[in-house]
Amino acid sequence: MSSDVYIIGIGATKFSPSTPEFSFKELMYEAAVKAYNDAGIDPRKDLDVMVTAAEDYWEGISIFDEYVPDQLGAVLKPVFTVSGDGLWGVAHAHMLINTGQFDVVAVEAHSKASDIVDIQSIWRMALDPYIHRPLVDNVHVFAGLEMNIFMESLDVDRDAVSLVVSKNMGNALGNPLAPYGADVDPDMVNESEVVSYPLRSMDISKYSDGAVVAVLASRKVVEDLGVDAPRILGIGWVSGSSYIEEWDFAAPEFVWRAGQLAYSMANINDPYDSIDVAFIDDRYSFRELQSIYTLGLDNGYSLNELVYNGVTYPDGDLPVNPFGGYLGCGYPLVAGGLQKLYNAVMYMRSGGGDVETALVMTRMEYPSPSAAVAILGW
Amino acid sequence: MKLPGTPYKNEDFKAGKIPYVEDKPDARYQFSVGIAMSRFLEELRKGKIIGIKCIHCGRVYVPPRTFCSYCFKPTSKWVYVKDTGIVNTAVVSYIAADRGRMDKPLVVAVIELDGASPGMGILHKLGNVDPEDVTSRKIFGKRVRAVWKPEEERTGSITDILYFEPVEED
Amino acid sequence: MARMNINFKNRVAVIGAGLTLFRRRMYETSRELAWEAAKQALDSAGLTLNDIDAVVFGSAPDAFDGIHMQGEHMTDAAGGYMKPYTRVYVGGGTGVFTAIAGWWHVASGLFDRVLVVAEEKMSPVRPHPQFVFHHIFDPVMDKPLGVNLIWIFALEMARYMYKYNIKKEDIALVSVKNKRNALDHPAAQVAAEITVDDVLNSETLVWPVQRLDISPVSDGAAAIVLCNEEYAKQYTDTPVWIEGVGWSLDTTYWTNRDLAFPKYLYYAGKMAYKMAGIDNPRKEIDVAEVYDPFDYKELHHMEGLQLARKGEAPILTREGVTQRDGDLPINPSGGLLGVGNPIAAAGLMKVAEIFWQLRKEAGKRQVAKDPVTGLAQAWGDLMQIGTVVIMRV
Repeated sequence: MSSDVYIIGIGATKFSPSTPEFSFKELMYEAAVKAYNDAGIDPRKDLDVMVTAAEDYWEGISIFDEYVPDQLGAVLKPVFTVSGDGLWGVAHAHMLINTGQFDVVAVEAHSKASDIVDIQSIWRMALDPYIHRPLVDNVHVFAGLEMNIFMESLDVDRDAVSLVVSKNMGNALGNPLAPYGADVDPDMVNESEVVSYPLRSMDISKYSDGAVVAVLASRKVVEDLGVDAPRILGIGWVSGSSYIEEWDFAAPEFVWRAGQLAYSMANINDPYDSIDVAFIDDRYSFRELQSIYTLGLDNGYSLNELVYNGVTYPDGDLPVNPFGGYLGCGYPLVAGGLQKLYNAVMYMRSGGGDVETALVMTRMEYPSPSAAVAILGW
Repeated sequence: MKLPGTPYKNEDFKAGKIPYVEDKPDARYQFSVGIAMSRFLEELRKGKIIGIKCIHCGRVYVPPRTFCSYCFKPTSKWVYVKDTGIVNTAVVSYIAADRGRMDKPLVVAVIELDGASPGMGILHKLGNVDPEDVTSRKIFGKRVRAVWKPEEERTGSITDILYFEPVEED
Repeated sequence: MARMNINFKNRVAVIGAGLTLFRRRMYETSRELAWEAAKQALDSAGLTLNDIDAVVFGSAPDAFDGIHMQGEHMTDAAGGYMKPYTRVYVGGGTGVFTAIAGWWHVASGLFDRVLVVAEEKMSPVRPHPQFVFHHIFDPVMDKPLGVNLIWIFALEMARYMYKYNIKKEDIALVSVKNKRNALDHPAAQVAAEITVDDVLNSETLVWPVQRLDISPVSDGAAAIVLCNEEYAKQYTDTPVWIEGVGWSLDTTYWTNRDLAFPKYLYYAGKMAYKMAGIDNPRKEIDVAEVYDPFDYKELHHMEGLQLARKGEAPILTREGVTQRDGDLPINPSGGLLGVGNPIAAAGLMKVAEIFWQLRKEAGKRQVAKDPVTGLAQAWGDLMQIGTVVIMRV
C-alpha cells in the first residue's frame, strides 16, 4: 500500500541528565507547544487523535495514561497510550491517518529517568520472574552476551566499536539539545570499566530526561497548510520471542523483519543506495554496527571497513547518528524513537533538499524483542 | 461449552499446593513536583491555598498548573483562593488503601473551594461530620473550612490541612 | 437490513472470538491465559496463526502481575512472534480499546487479518490486588490522603445519586440483573440469583458502595479475530462488521469534573455514532454491553451513551427495559458484575458478547429481539475514558 502521511511539526525539550525543576507534565507541555507551533496548528481545534508512549514503571504511576491529556491540549479528545517506545506511536498514527477518518494525529513520548531512584531495579522487573530474575541483577548482562556473539560472528574489532562512541559523542558537540557531547578517543572507551565483558561502561548510553511531540497529518492537511513536510515513506515494527535465549544475537531477526516491512512499503530494494542518512539504535555502542548490518545498510563493506573508511561519519557516504545518537543525546527511555525522529526531521530540513531519504530505527530494550523502523522522504 | 482455565482456591495456595516464585518490586521514585505544584506546596506550608488563573478563558485552577487544560495557553496569574468551600460530594470509607477494615469510618469529600472556578474541587477528608449526615446527603452543598496543622508541623503537603469541617451557619 | 457504511475505505469484520474462564485465581500464567484465549478465537474463525498479519495486545496495569513492560513479556503468548505487534493501553478501557486498535490495523489497509488479545492476571498481588490501585493516584494531591480506588468511585456514585435523586434500591437492580444473566455465561465467576435486599445488606465498603455493588477481582483472557471485507466473505457467511469506533479522555484532574455525567463517554459515543451513521442511539442500538465494574456505572454509562436521558437509566432499569427480553437489553452476558472483571479481558469479553448476540450464537443469553446493531463499551483511568465499538450484521 502507499503511505500518505506527513510529519508537519515536531518539538522537543533539551535532553538533560536530570530536570529537577520541572514536572513531567511541564516537560510534555514544552515539547507540545513547540510541536504545535512548528506545525502551525491549534490542538484544541485541529487535533484529531493524541498518541502517547509510556510504561507505568518508568513513570512510577500505575495506569499512567491518566496523567497526559491536559498538558498536550488533548482533554476530551481521543487519546491513548502505546506501551513502549514512541516510534510505535508513530506507527499507530500512520495507520489512523490511513483509515481516512483522521487528519491530524500527534505522538508524544518523554523520559523522567532522573525521578527513578534505582533504575536497574526497574529494568529487572521487566525480566521473566521465573527464570531470569533469580539469575540476573543487571540487564547489561544481556548486552554483554549480545555484543560478544555479534563481534565474534561478524569479526568486528573492538576499535571499530569504540569509534562509534567517539563519533557519536563528538557529533553531539554540535547539537544544542544534547548533554553528552565530548571529545573521546577510542582508547578511553577501550579502557573504561568492564560492565559485562566485552561491554564497557562507555559503550552504554547514559540516560536523559526530555520530551518530544511529533504532529502527523494527511495529504489534505499538508495541501491546506501549503507546507513542504517530510513524508513517511514506510514504517515497520516487529516483535520476536520474549525468551531472550532464542534470539539471534548477531543479527536479530525481528530487527531485520521490521526493516523489510518498512522497505517494502517504501519500495526500497537497495537500502544503502536509497538511504541518505540513518538515525539508528545505539543504546549500546555495538548496536549501531549491528543495526547497520541487519538493516542491510553495509553495502558489502565489512563493519570494520565501514567505520575505518569513515562511511558513517557526518561527511561520509552514509552518515549515522550525525546529531549524536543515544550516546550523545542520552537514552530517554521510551522517548528514544522520537528523539531520533526529531533529529532526522531537523537533519532533513537543514539539508536544503539534498537529503532525500532518512531512516529512523530503535529497539525497546531487554528483555523486549521489538524493533521499529521508519523511513522519511520528501 | 467448556472454556479453558484452571482455577484454584486461596486455601490451596496457603497449603503450598500452588508452585510460585516470590518477588518484591523495588520501585522507588522522587517525583519532581515542578514549577506550579512547588509553589502550591510552599503556600500550604504558609497556611494558604493558591490557584492559578488562565487570563484567556478566566478559569481559576486548583490545583495549579502552568498550562490551561482547556485553551492550552500558559497560565499566568497566581490567585489565592479561600480555605473554605462547598461539599460537591462525600462518602464514608470503612476500608483503608490496602482494603483492610478501618477502626473508625472516615468521611472524604470533593470540595469546591471558594475563589476557584465552579467545579474546581479538591479531594480531602471531612472532620466533625457524622456519617449519617453523609448518607442522608445533608452535608452535600454545605460550606466547610480547612482545619490546618499547627504552623511548626507543616511540611508543604496536602496533609498540612488536617481536614475540612462544617462552617457554623445561622 | 444492514446499511453499507460509506465512511470507510476498508470495512472491518469480526470473524471469531474466544474466552478463558474468569476466576479469582488461575493456575495458568499470564502467557498461558493469553495463549488459551487466542487459540479459541483462531479456532472459532477457522484460522491458524500463520493466517494472521499483525497482533494487538491489551492488559491493564503492569503492577498486577508484577512485570514491567508487560506487553514485551507477552509477544509469543499473544501470537505476536515475528509479526507487527503492539500493546495499547487506556487503563480499564483497554479491553474495548484493543478492538478499536485492531480495527484501524485493518481499516488502514495495512493488514488483512489481525488477532486481538486481552489478558489480565490480578491474583499475583499480595496481600490484595486493591493495593495496586493506590499507585494510580496523584502522588502530591491524592496519595498522601490514603486514597483508595473505591473512594473515588463512591464519590462519583454519591454525586450521581445526589444530583438526580436516585435511590440505592434502583441501582442495586443492576447487580441483581447482571448476576442473574451471568448464570447462563460459561466463563462466569460470580453468577448468582440475588435480591435487592442482598445488595443493600452486604458489607458497606465506602458508602454508598457495598460489597455486591462491585465486580470481583479476576484472572482471565479474551481474544477476537478481525479481517477485511475480502477475507470476511471468504471465511464466513456471518461476519459482524465494526461500523463505528470512538473514544475520549477527560482531564486528569478528576476533582475538577462534573461527576454526575460522564462527558468523556458522551464524546466517545458521539464519535462512534457519527462514524456508524446513527442519529438516534436509543432507537437504533438493539443491544449493548456497557461497562459495569460497579452497578451505578451501567446507569451512568447508558446516560453518557445517550441510551437514556440524564437520570433516566434507573427508571428504564426498574421498568425492565434493560432485561434480555426488554426493548433495550443491557449486559445480557452478565457483565463484569456477573461474569467477572479481569480488566482488559472483561472489556474484550463485551465485544465478543455483541459478536455472539448479532450472530444469534449467544445460546441461553440470546436477547429476545432480533438484534442488528450492537454496542460494546468500556471505561477506565481516573473515571476518565470511554471506549466504544458499534457492530452490525
